[in-house]
Amino acid sequence: MIDTRPFRDSKYAKAIAQEIEQLSEGKNIRIVHVCGTHEDTITRHGLRSILPNNIKLVAGPGCPVCVCAAEDVDMAIELARMGHIITSFGDMIQVPSTSSSLVKERMRGADVRVVYGVNEAVEIAKANPEKDVIFIGAGFETTAPTMAVEILRGPPDNFSILTSLKVIPPAMEILVSLEGFNVDGFITPGHVSTIIGTNAFRPFAEKHRVPCVAAGFEPLDVLEAIRMILNQINDGRATSENEYTRVVKPEGNLVAQKMLRHAFYIDDAPWRGLGVIKKSGYYIRDEFARHDARERYDFSPIESIDILPGCRCHEVILGMIEPKECKLFGKRCTPEDPYGPCMVGHEGTCRIHHESGAL
Amino acid sequence: MAIIMCLAVPGRVEKIDGDFAEVDFGGVRKKVCVTLLPGLQVGEYVIVHTGYAIEKLDPEEAKKTLALFDEMARIQAEMDN
Repeated sequence: MIDTRPFRDSKYAKAIAQEIEQLSEGKNIRIVHVCGTHEDTITRHGLRSILPNNIKLVAGPGCPVCVCAAEDVDMAIELARMGHIITSFGDMIQVPSTSSSLVKERMRGADVRVVYGVNEAVEIAKANPEKDVIFIGAGFETTAPTMAVEILRGPPDNFSILTSLKVIPPAMEILVSLEGFNVDGFITPGHVSTIIGTNAFRPFAEKHRVPCVAAGFEPLDVLEAIRMILNQINDGRATSENEYTRVVKPEGNLVAQKMLRHAFYIDDAPWRGLGVIKKSGYYIRDEFARHDARERYDFSPIESIDILPGCRCHEVILGMIEPKECKLFGKRCTPEDPYGPCMVGHEGTCRIHHESGAL
Repeated sequence: MAIIMCLAVPGRVEKIDGDFAEVDFGGVRKKVCVTLLPGLQVGEYVIVHTGYAIEKLDPEEAKKTLALFDEMARIQAEMDN
């Protein structure tokens, strides 16, 4: 067993924090991350409290279930109402949509099952050949290859996926183009980088002159990434660097990338709170259309509502406000009865802040 | 809880059988799909995401990062004195 405890050692944390303080002296620095697990690490270990006040750490759109468009959830709900077996991740089934959620449909009698991964959904399809089994596949570049594996392996004919798969770099492009959105550096997501590689962020970093550093998920990983960003700023450099060298390669996982290209094409995709972003979604290629729920079923047109009245998730997703600035936070909107998507999953900024406040 | 979140904990590959492996996470063994990591060997460490191994963990690189932290802690201690 590899001992990961040294990556939480307070002695090292103190040393890195001291260096961060020296490197950032006299500057106001705003660093954005785009990974819900990074927000979890930052909040759980109280990293904001050990950083100097002139460094602001902001959570961007890094939670797959939070940015999953309401129209995708509405389609999933319609499939559940058709009487098919619906499978998905545990947080995905709780995501509120225009009028319902998968978990609410289950209470009304729909067959909605939580699985750990897409392979379990394929097993359910094999065990129920008389039924249609649909996997609601939300995720980023990290999760997309798992679905590519199953599509390419050749699942049974009664199995299909409703993809809601997003590509991260185009969302970062949108963030930097927003008026009033200041960012001095990005902590890029560790496991997205595992698949696409740190090289994938280099054109973005150079074009926008914003340092990017891929980080792991231990507290010292995040602190070290901040230190590396500050070093780039002080050196007048802006490139894509790698803190998480024990796992991430500059070129990424080439086998996974090949499978992604084989199973999917990239096209425009709707993000909750951000609108349609060009070339930001993975869609199943025509040759596998029988396993693509979008092609396989007829959906009735519905006016999906991404952000329900009063909800400020879109501002939270963009890092424009803190969760507690929303009037519904902790009142109408709680983990037990989420009103907005950011209160649902363990990567949702509102959920993380609610739980850390409750500790 | 079956969620999409990234797991930071690496597991050790104990047994490989085709597209699947038995991976040990500090005493808890799980069956993991290893299609994304051809050439994987027993004894190597992997990062697992929703039941799929997505990359190997390189213990030597982990040591290098920790050595860097150690050096920083040493320099800061010297400056404090």
